[in-house]
Amino acid sequence: MKHIKTISAKLLKTTANSGGCGKCQASCQSACKTSVTVANQSCEK
Amino acid sequence: MYTDAWKNEGICKMIHKYRLGGYNIVMDVNSGAIHCVDDLAFDTLDGYTLGEAFSPPAELLERYTAAEIEEAVGEIGQLVREGLLFSDEDYEWATAAKGGAPLKAICLHVAHDCNLRCGYCFAGEGEYKGARALMSAETARRAIDFLVENSRGRRELEVDFFGGEPLLNFDTVKQTVAYARSLEEPYDKNFRFTITTNGMMLNDEIETYINEEMYNVVLSLDGRKSVNDGMRKTLGGGSSYDAVVPKFQKLVKSRAESKYRSVYLRGTFTHDNLDFARDVIHMCDLGFRNVSVEPVVAEASESFAIREEDLPRIFDEYEALAGQLPERDGLNFFHFNIDLSGGPCVIKRLTGCGAGTEYLAVTPEGHIYPCHQFVGREPYMLGNLDEGVANTQLRDRLGALNVYTKPDCVDCWAKFHCGGGCAANSLTFGGDLRAAYKIGCDMHRKRVECAIMMKVAEEAAQ
Repeated sequence: MKHIKTISAKLLKTTANSGGCGKCQASCQSACKTSVTVANQSCEK
Repeated sequence: MYTDAWKNEGICKMIHKYRLGGYNIVMDVNSGAIHCVDDLAFDTLDGYTLGEAFSPPAELLERYTAAEIEEAVGEIGQLVREGLLFSDEDYEWATAAKGGAPLKAICLHVAHDCNLRCGYCFAGEGEYKGARALMSAETARRAIDFLVENSRGRRELEVDFFGGEPLLNFDTVKQTVAYARSLEEPYDKNFRFTITTNGMMLNDEIETYINEEMYNVVLSLDGRKSVNDGMRKTLGGGSSYDAVVPKFQKLVKSRAESKYRSVYLRGTFTHDNLDFARDVIHMCDLGFRNVSVEPVVAEASESFAIREEDLPRIFDEYEALAGQLPERDGLNFFHFNIDLSGGPCVIKRLTGCGAGTEYLAVTPEGHIYPCHQFVGREPYMLGNLDEGVANTQLRDRLGALNVYTKPDCVDCWAKFHCGGGCAANSLTFGGDLRAAYKIGCDMHRKRVECAIMMKVAEEAAQ
């Protein structure tokens, strides 16, 4: 494409069926403790 | 900044586009796709309407030729067809997966007491509006039993030793870790321990222990000496900076060679240091590479509380920090972390922190709360270690919180980056678990914009 560069094509939809295992860190257990920072956690599956 | 959404029969198709750091960035909210576009595509998207032939407005034709616009429209249309722009929202069904989720993490308040007197402490200098108390080893063991019993199907479990100052009760910490480790093999569990400490009691013995047993360590420091000591005072009103910085530097150095590497310097900024990027950089200069500095959570009546009129300055500061980080070798600012390729699944993104269901806090008396932020608010006590979660109505209310049940989240472009935000903050600032903490939301959106811009810049540099 000439005018658009896709940086990330991650499709959240594809994670809906396979996700939810709960192996990832609880967001408030990391380094915040006050503000929810969900999206900067990593999937550990 | 611009957000556009179409709603048709309840299906929301939303993009968010903004300019930052010299980049034109377009986020497709529902797919999670991120695009960097030129001025032509950026401007063309302003008038683009799904399902209709694009008729360029006069102001667009003043800047670009009809052929150029047609080319951009063609590329936009291709991304729409590929599900990477104006994609459908089809996730509400997935919220059901979280409602009955088993427990996976507890915050153990091993000490409702503290050896610092921090002006902004949400725990009221450690007591959480109650009496000063230390958790007995027996209570802590029962909390571990409770976690094991209520985490069916889950192997990875988390325990955070919290306070007050947890090192005031180091003996209970050690006994709890030993007990939990003894349950790992028979119950097929793996415990990950975190300790959050102000560092005042760190010594060689404790440092060695932390490096051997704690999966993560959170060390409290606000940044520059004047900023840190303005809030974080010793019992005698003296400097905590001078007391803890050498200990933190020693621990961070030794930890780099240890089994577990994760260690964060965690600070708080307030209305009194809106130039907090300087505090982040200062901590980098001290040798710390993983830094988290968060806005204070305080009632508006407090002089140091973040106010709405502070937001433009705070946004500038986040932008300045985002611009400086690439020049600081290896400096990782926690709130700009974003994993575009392997981030969390949409189910986690819908439902946030899991307070009250997946995540609970336990007090020295064995009382159970949805999380550390609720401790001391009697109406929000869920139960105790004797009876378990007795207040099932509250648990169910918390379990039902997600980006679709919080009205201010539904049309927010950043909803999949915060999962609906902090329930305790919603209650404190909005008066309801489903309300929004609007200042917090504004800051979070800015951080997400900065984080994504940094990823775009990384990609552009390759």
